[in-house]
Amino acid sequence: MSELPRLIVSGILSGSIYGLLAMGLTLQYGVARVLNIAHGEFVMVGAVLTYTLYTSFGINPLVAAAIIGPLLFGLGFLLQITLFRGLKAWAPSQAAFEGNALLAAFGLLYIISYIALLEFGAFPRRYDWLNYVVEFAGMSLRFNRIVAFAVAVVIGVAVYLFLTRSRLGRAIRATAEDPPTAGLMGVNINMVLALCFGLGALLAGVAGSLISMLIPVSTTLGFRNTVIALIVVVLGGLGSVPGSFIAGIIIGIVSSLVTSFWQPVYVVPVYFGILMVLLLARPAGILGKK
Amino acid sequence: MDITRFISTHRKLLLVGVPILIILIFLATFPLYGGVYYTRLLTTILMYVILSVSWAMFSGSTGYMSLAPAAFFGVGIYTMGFLQSTLPFPVIIPIGGLFSFILALLVGMVTLRLRGIYFAIFTFGLVVFMSEVVAALESDLFGRVGQHINPLPDETIFYAMLVTAVATLLAIYFIRRSRLGLSMLSIGGNEEAAEHMGVNTTRVKVLTFAISAAFMGLVGVIMAPVKVYIDPRIAFSLSYSFMPILMSVFGGMGQFYGPVVGAVVFAYLEKTLRAQFPQYFMLGFGIILILVILFLPNGIAGLVPKLQNRLGGVLAKLRKGGEAEQHANT
Repeated sequence: MSELPRLIVSGILSGSIYGLLAMGLTLQYGVARVLNIAHGEFVMVGAVLTYTLYTSFGINPLVAAAIIGPLLFGLGFLLQITLFRGLKAWAPSQAAFEGNALLAAFGLLYIISYIALLEFGAFPRRYDWLNYVVEFAGMSLRFNRIVAFAVAVVIGVAVYLFLTRSRLGRAIRATAEDPPTAGLMGVNINMVLALCFGLGALLAGVAGSLISMLIPVSTTLGFRNTVIALIVVVLGGLGSVPGSFIAGIIIGIVSSLVTSFWQPVYVVPVYFGILMVLLLARPAGILGKK
Repeated sequence: MDITRFISTHRKLLLVGVPILIILIFLATFPLYGGVYYTRLLTTILMYVILSVSWAMFSGSTGYMSLAPAAFFGVGIYTMGFLQSTLPFPVIIPIGGLFSFILALLVGMVTLRLRGIYFAIFTFGLVVFMSEVVAALESDLFGRVGQHINPLPDETIFYAMLVTAVATLLAIYFIRRSRLGLSMLSIGGNEEAAEHMGVNTTRVKVLTFAISAAFMGLVGVIMAPVKVYIDPRIAFSLSYSFMPILMSVFGGMGQFYGPVVGAVVFAYLEKTLRAQFPQYFMLGFGIILILVILFLPNGIAGLVPKLQNRLGGVLAKLRKGGEAEQHANT
């Protein structure tokens, strides 16, 4: 059992990335009411672009993340003001909008993944960056994982502070709570929704950059990450940003423990077991409101 | 018996019944003159018809978006995989449907008490979940992942599919017109109001979701021999969720025939485009899905009343114009 502390630490390290991508998803659903099942595809785009920038142009992956983040922010922003705003304008009811937005996101999933397949090819590729072992508190850990963790935590905290402390963040939370009233209070709803969707895409892209430092990059990365993000988001409570970061870390630990004590193939079934128990016992998640 | 009187009293029945009978006869005799390629194409079209009609039956009318057709279809495929050496093909078909029914019942009981969003999330993950579970099961039982399915004659598969398709379409047609169908529609319209009107919404949702899944399981079993080799990645491919959704949305979920039209169009397109543009065509399908949702929310079937209105308007104008002319003449 001397393995246990190392496994938990390693789970926390990878869980922070799950937390980051779940934060993006929960922002998109919590505010813009779009369950973006193409979220993982943004992660994949982040990973593929980081790989390309690093191997073709020698750009440091963290610098690449700083380039890709704003790029995907722009893409998400555009998607919200064109596609999802159009859907919202024509939908007869909120439920109809959510259903249509979900199906549109399914279309998006196909578009993004097949463009990536055409450009990048089907074979997984990897690169080495800071991939050496360092000693930390008696445990040997890969340095790139520690760097990824640090970046994820810094960005996670920054987004949290932005949402809770800034004026714009308050407008976002007001919109999540009650869009019509927020609109009456002078919040530019369409701008806020687009901002949230863009921010969600940015977080997914950065998470993708971080993932590309750790595992082989392939175009099939997206689907699995969407499923992980969805489970994390439900665990943390739909719409709760700090909840999803904490849930990300929990899922990271679970994944690390199941992989080493059992088999990697049981990871997803175990996630599902957790999800099922959660939906039966406390659908609101650990930090969500009832 | 007076034939003209019979025709005039049963005009509507004949108008629908005769073309359907002709189509049925055409389909039932097709393998005799159609050739291998077109028989297989028709089998695929029928498969997609069943998948999309049963998807639209539940998701189209209740508004609860299921992203899991691939999971139930895959359960059918693997039922065939696990049972092919112990049971005959016609017996396995209903068993596959039963397994999918049970799986959907369990999923429904966990998620359909909650808001639609939890259902969507759960069903989306279900595809990955089932594929991993089956992979684990397979490696435990056989020591490796993936297996061969004994091929069957094209005609056997075609007729099994045809019988299943006819049975499915009949069943769904009557379900849509039954109390259950109306309950589903009322849930889609306003769930709270439906509850107050005395509809046991959870029971209706769980039951109809399971029924729609059962049809998908049947199809899975029948398509398994076509695949020859299966592994969890092939059996639980996300396209089997995507295609029925695209077809139903394109055809229009409000009408019974909408998903049928969508299935025929896209099954044909898929089969013909796959050979020439293997990757571009899925990209194109994604774009089409988004465009249809944006600009044609009721699908092709939604266009029909609009066209009728416009046509009716034009006809009325013509008639009026004609009358006015007559008045002017007199």
